Amino acid sequence: MAEHINDIQDSIIGEFELFDEWLDKYQYIIDLGKELPLIKEDEKIDERLISGCQSRVWLKAEHVDSKLIFSADSDAIITKGIIALLIRVLSQQPPSDIINANLYFIDRIGLNDHLSPTRANGLLQMVNQMKRYGIAYTQD
Amino acid sequence: MSRETAHTTLPLERLRADFPLIHGQMNGKPLVFLDSAASSQKPEAVIRSIDTYYRTLNANVHRGVYRLSQEATAAYEEGRKEAAAFLNAASESEIILLRGATEGINLVASSFSRAFIKPGDEILITAMEHHSNIVPWQLACEYAGAKLKVVPMNDDGVLQMDEFERLLTEKVKMVAVVHVSNTLGTINPVKEIISRAHQMNIPVLVDGCQAAPHMEIDVQSLDADFYTFSGHKIFGPTGIGVLYGKESWLDRLPPYHGGGEMIATCSFERTTYAELPHKFEAGTPNIAGGVGLAAAIRYIRSIGFDAIHNHEQALLDYASVRLLEIPDLKIFGTAPEKASLISFLVDGLHPFDIGTLLDQQGIAVRTGHHCTQPIMERFSIPGTVRASFSVYNTLEDIDRLTDGLKKAITLLS
Repeated sequence: MAEHINDIQDSIIGEFELFDEWLDKYQYIIDLGKELPLIKEDEKIDERLISGCQSRVWLKAEHVDSKLIFSADSDAIITKGIIALLIRVLSQQPPSDIINANLYFIDRIGLNDHLSPTRANGLLQMVNQMKRYGIAYTQD
Repeated sequence: MSRETAHTTLPLERLRADFPLIHGQMNGKPLVFLDSAASSQKPEAVIRSIDTYYRTLNANVHRGVYRLSQEATAAYEEGRKEAAAFLNAASESEIILLRGATEGINLVASSFSRAFIKPGDEILITAMEHHSNIVPWQLACEYAGAKLKVVPMNDDGVLQMDEFERLLTEKVKMVAVVHVSNTLGTINPVKEIISRAHQMNIPVLVDGCQAAPHMEIDVQSLDADFYTFSGHKIFGPTGIGVLYGKESWLDRLPPYHGGGEMIATCSFERTTYAELPHKFEAGTPNIAGGVGLAAAIRYIRSIGFDAIHNHEQALLDYASVRLLEIPDLKIFGTAPEKASLISFLVDGLHPFDIGTLLDQQGIAVRTGHHCTQPIMERFSIPGTVRASFSVYNTLEDIDRLTDGLKKAITLLS
């Protein structure tokens, strides 16, 4: 049984509370980016591309045992790190939970501006796309 | 170059005191603002002029018989008067006040194509245009059945003038060229371009957005047919800009927007248009913007372009030397004639990552394609990091940028 979405969010918030300095926080995000479950090179097709203004994001969803499994990649490492966090929270969850998820952890760990439309880095579209996959597989 | 040899003639401390925002903080660190090419910070004189306008003069312009409206009109028209002097236009009626350079180019592209462009004609632009000087012409071409042609550039970001000559045929009905590239900093030889185009009776529009903050512009000496810039890049407010057009052209162009202010008489059968410049100024204008524009131009005049140029070139030279301390850093735009901005990439690192980590250190730079996607394609890069300098920047700002960059690179590697 996968951990509940909010439990994962709470543990991420706990992890980030350890960082006093922006430097440590971003070092952690960058390290997460390096460990991101990568989507395979040949799966990085245009249909999976979420185009932001500055960094590109590829997102793949698989439906296995009534759950969605996400993998992704980006050409920017900080974007990848934040994607890794989103995947940790939303991957391996039932589609209905993904649709209803309130992603409060982003704000609590001080990365809210990465999800604002002005940041234009594809992350907002990525969250929307994950939810759209959730809707698509609920209707199946 | 060391900090000691990079000197400046500006009374920098006094001048910096004019700009309230640059003394603030970003992400808890003292702000280093290196994005003036996108929009400059505003001096007290401009901020005050807008405040004073709304407190003491606010009324609609050009139609009130009462005193307040007349005073508001006079204050707004100061913007036009100052802009005419700023560009050395022959007459104030050649100065159209509008939202900004984007609207200026759209006005010319739209009105000119309706009157003068036929199927099979061509419009000539360059490889380093901002999207604002590409898309309006694409729309015009689509409307008129014309073709867009593009003058290429070399690896330094210099226009290939031999190609310009080759493309400048009798099919071309308009040349539209950027004076200074917002991405590469290249200062283009617009006087030469205009002179060559005029030999074939082709008019030229110059996008002067990145030139107006940095150098004296004389539209009569350039012999430009149209010249446009935005107020907010020359220390003025957003939402106000200038389109200069030769009277002989403006007289022949049909109106762009219809509405109040731009008519002489209006009936259901027939409307006649107002005299220049009002023919192109439909609706209540940005009155406070015009007032702020006047204050901004006066402010620039009080410093003088010689002092601005010397200071900015010192910053550019110092930044070029300091940034090249960084291994694997490549500067895009290495034209011999260059305005005070540097676009660069560090090998293997995404500009977004660098921009994000500089932001955390209080350093504001631009990252991305800078609304010039064709330039990114030309150099096969996803974008660049751009640091652009203005009168209020210091050598210390450039030290902060270099150190911040080194820290970001360590973190990302």
